[in-house]
Amino acid sequence: MIRSRILPILTVVAAIIAVWYAFAVILNAPFERSAAERAGETIGFVELLPKTMAQQRPVLPAPHQVAVEIWETTAEKSITSKRSLIYHAWVTLSATLLGFMMGTALGILLAVGIVHSRVLDKSMMPWIITSQTIPILALAPMIIVVFNSVGVTGLLPKALISTYLSFFPVAVGMVKGLRSPETMHMDLMHTYSANRAQTFWKLRWPSSVPFLFTSMKIGIAASLVGAIVGELPTGAVAGLGARLLAGSYYGQTVQIWSALIVAAVLAGLLVGLIGWIGGWLNRRMGVREARA
Amino acid sequence: MLSPSPKAETVISTSALDLVFETNDGPVHALSDITLDIKKGEFVSLIGPSGCGKTTLLRVIADLEHPTGGTISVNGLTPHEARLKRAYGYVFQAAALFPWRTIADNVALPLEVMGLDRAERDARVSENLELVDLAGFEKKFPWQLSGGMQQRASIARALAVQPDMLLMDEPFGALDEIVRDHLNVQLLKLWAATHKTIVFVTHSIPEAVFLSTKIVVMSPRPGRIHEVIDCNLGADRPLEIRETPEFLKIAHQVREGLAAGHAYE
Repeated sequence: MIRSRILPILTVVAAIIAVWYAFAVILNAPFERSAAERAGETIGFVELLPKTMAQQRPVLPAPHQVAVEIWETTAEKSITSKRSLIYHAWVTLSATLLGFMMGTALGILLAVGIVHSRVLDKSMMPWIITSQTIPILALAPMIIVVFNSVGVTGLLPKALISTYLSFFPVAVGMVKGLRSPETMHMDLMHTYSANRAQTFWKLRWPSSVPFLFTSMKIGIAASLVGAIVGELPTGAVAGLGARLLAGSYYGQTVQIWSALIVAAVLAGLLVGLIGWIGGWLNRRMGVREARA
Repeated sequence: MLSPSPKAETVISTSALDLVFETNDGPVHALSDITLDIKKGEFVSLIGPSGCGKTTLLRVIADLEHPTGGTISVNGLTPHEARLKRAYGYVFQAAALFPWRTIADNVALPLEVMGLDRAERDARVSENLELVDLAGFEKKFPWQLSGGMQQRASIARALAVQPDMLLMDEPFGALDEIVRDHLNVQLLKLWAATHKTIVFVTHSIPEAVFLSTKIVVMSPRPGRIHEVIDCNLGADRPLEIRETPEFLKIAHQVREGLAAGHAYE
């Protein structure tokens, strides 16, 4: 089982790293060639190759350069240090989690309202969809600035951007989930003269659990993006977004790429965690195993 | 009441019942001029081809559809009032068990809705699972049971409400014939033991003749009652009764009725 799952993943990872190395050589070679030209030398491919992978500010850093940078800024730095990626990742993660929880709660509340009220169904859904057509990059600075002007800074404004991005998949997924019970099950509750609350808690809510976890997986990834975007206009004090911004100010491509990789790994872990909780809950709810 | 008395009271009474569905293709006359009395303790089968309104009639009795004309009373009440008093247990074509609930919790579902306390729920659950021969399967989830066992669990769930009547909509239609025979015998035993009024929708002639005291033959377009056939083969009905001349005679009568009602066109 494990071999059949791990092997394909490792193959893809190996392929990505190979392509990455190839592009690192291709993209970084012009710099070495022009440097050699200015020095009045000609440079062969064999001499060129190692140099393209050891530049200070490469166009595309080689994978091992990023790996070394990540190692140095995680394992070899104290967690409280401003140069520790773990510190920055935690800053981003805390905003992500807070925003994700608020977004999930908001999404569920909206879905419950929409499913139970025809008026809300007609009036809210277009606005919910419209909200997501506004580019978050345009909205994020305004949210930060508005909150800053009333003295709210730090975690909350960033979390709100995460909320803004993550409530949408949850709301849409939960509307579908809460409406997923079969007609026969709804009729059954009707023959028992069950009231709305009973129908909700005994039928609609349990039916929607698989939909909830699927949309939460999308929601938490969106939350992370939201938190990173929320860090960009703050002047880049702390967080993975700050690392990205500082890296681009000073042309520190290795720093940008290591922040990117850490963000991607973080997203992967978060989505995996949600999936694992969902799977655990499914098993507890008696869903037949090994159906995937 | 130990045995159905000959002058049993009428529990379901309809008079000139009409139901027209408004669809995009125009009105569909699902029920037309249905006048029918069902007495306490009777086993009444509604039989007919698809579209004859047999399920619709059952759903009107259950207050799942609303008639557009005529009158209907259930236990002397409107179907709505009868539903609020939980006068009936409804068994659907599929078992309709909640997949996230164990068998015991599925049977307990209506009891939770009724607000019964834990001890009373547990007592009724084990009593009714015993009745349908499912004792020992309390902790299983629905998917771990065969189709026939699932349908038995759904019958236990309907009985747990302790209703006066059972409304059954082709409950064994999706099961194979061997399982269906077995469940028919079990249902008869259950009916004999509980004296409940049963209204049973089917499109199987042998099933209707084997189970019923009264067979209502319906015909389509518009859905109406073609003929009501009395059918009492006595209390003791082993499966072999289906080869006797009396059984075949009634089955023939039902088939004739269906043919005359244009069921085979």
